[in-house]
Amino acid sequence: MLHLGRNASRVSPREASARTLSKSRALSLGAAGLVVWFGLYSQLGPIAGWLTYSLLGLSPGSHLASSVDFFLTDVPKIFLLLGGIIPLVHVVRSYFPPERVKRVVAGKGEFVGTVLAALLGTVTPFCSCSAVPMFIGFVESGLPLGVTFGFLIASPVVNEVALVLLAGLFGWKIALLYVGLGLVVAVVGGVVIGRLHLESQVEEYVYQIKLGEQVGVRPALAQRVTEAATYTKDILRRVSLWVLGGIVFGAAIHGYAPTGFVAHYAGRGNPLAVPLVVIIAIPLYSNAAGTIPIVQALIQKGLPMGTTLAFMMAITAISTPEMIILRRVIKPKLIAVFIGVVTMAIILMGYVFNAVL
Amino acid sequence: MNVKVLGTGCTNCVRLEALVREVAERGGLDVEVEKVTEIPDIMAYGVMSTPGLVIDGELKSAGRIPARHELLEWLSR
Repeated sequence: MLHLGRNASRVSPREASARTLSKSRALSLGAAGLVVWFGLYSQLGPIAGWLTYSLLGLSPGSHLASSVDFFLTDVPKIFLLLGGIIPLVHVVRSYFPPERVKRVVAGKGEFVGTVLAALLGTVTPFCSCSAVPMFIGFVESGLPLGVTFGFLIASPVVNEVALVLLAGLFGWKIALLYVGLGLVVAVVGGVVIGRLHLESQVEEYVYQIKLGEQVGVRPALAQRVTEAATYTKDILRRVSLWVLGGIVFGAAIHGYAPTGFVAHYAGRGNPLAVPLVVIIAIPLYSNAAGTIPIVQALIQKGLPMGTTLAFMMAITAISTPEMIILRRVIKPKLIAVFIGVVTMAIILMGYVFNAVL
Repeated sequence: MNVKVLGTGCTNCVRLEALVREVAERGGLDVEVEKVTEIPDIMAYGVMSTPGLVIDGELKSAGRIPARHELLEWLSR
């Protein structure tokens, strides 16, 4: 009640508890939230250790203890990270709707356009129900096919969930490298697809659609924040099973797979490891949230970083459901080219990464 | 008043339609809700991200679900 501040005298209790919070109350809630968040986050390791070894009484060094410790550290860590970062990103991205991206990118020339589209693709939401109208809108406004594909590749590959999880589990250096390489793959893929001049491989009806000129009402900041909270709840609900599954799998690998097991089969000694993991990953459908815990365990077992990032990128960049949706606007030949070009770019990226790291 | 909910049937489109109906009913407003599901028709309003909301021919929002108080304000005009 203390935190209601100046507004408290003027606002009836009923109104104060309404959906839109008063500014001072929102601020103090936010500050309290931050303190709790950082407090919890910094104590994850010790809490998990205590639960595993003291409360459950597992003996240090056993397979089971190792798996349980990994699980108890990672589950809260990942949910804290997701719950903390997704709302922030959602507010930022609400300023970059695709309608606006299209206007920014239009008339910029092919290369600059593709780079811009890829960059904007990282902050723009990519949701399967909007993929078709987005694609049509880009093509309709005269953007070259390559620019459109630059956007289509970057959008699912580089996203806040991937960035946050990589940063949390491997550190910011790896996270930023992933983002950088994702952008390179998107730009290279976009430019190559643009050069192939496959405009005839877009379904004819796409060219006949006329995009209107209207723009909606600009939402207020408070409204964006409220929507970000709803969105975060949705995402957490959607990814929680993936994350839990990924962590259970990761924990099992962590505890039971012998060290060097992965290194033996897919380590630096095997030059075919990169294309192999990429090809395995392509039809798989997961989001970054489910993939990264598995990836973390694989790295600890000796999978080289480049191979690992290529695996992750291939899972997020190309998925069967996305291809089925894109089939509504592009013909099979262009889908095949899209898969081929992106696959090659990711494999190349994996090799380069393994060589320099 | 004519309200169009633009969307191909995604969860958020269904949610927005239900919300519009609820707000209209609670406010005792005379609102006719129409669904626009064909892509060319949706895009004719300049919408690239669904759900879109059009009130009396004017695009109000795209790619988000407006708050109740926003909807109430738009629908009461």
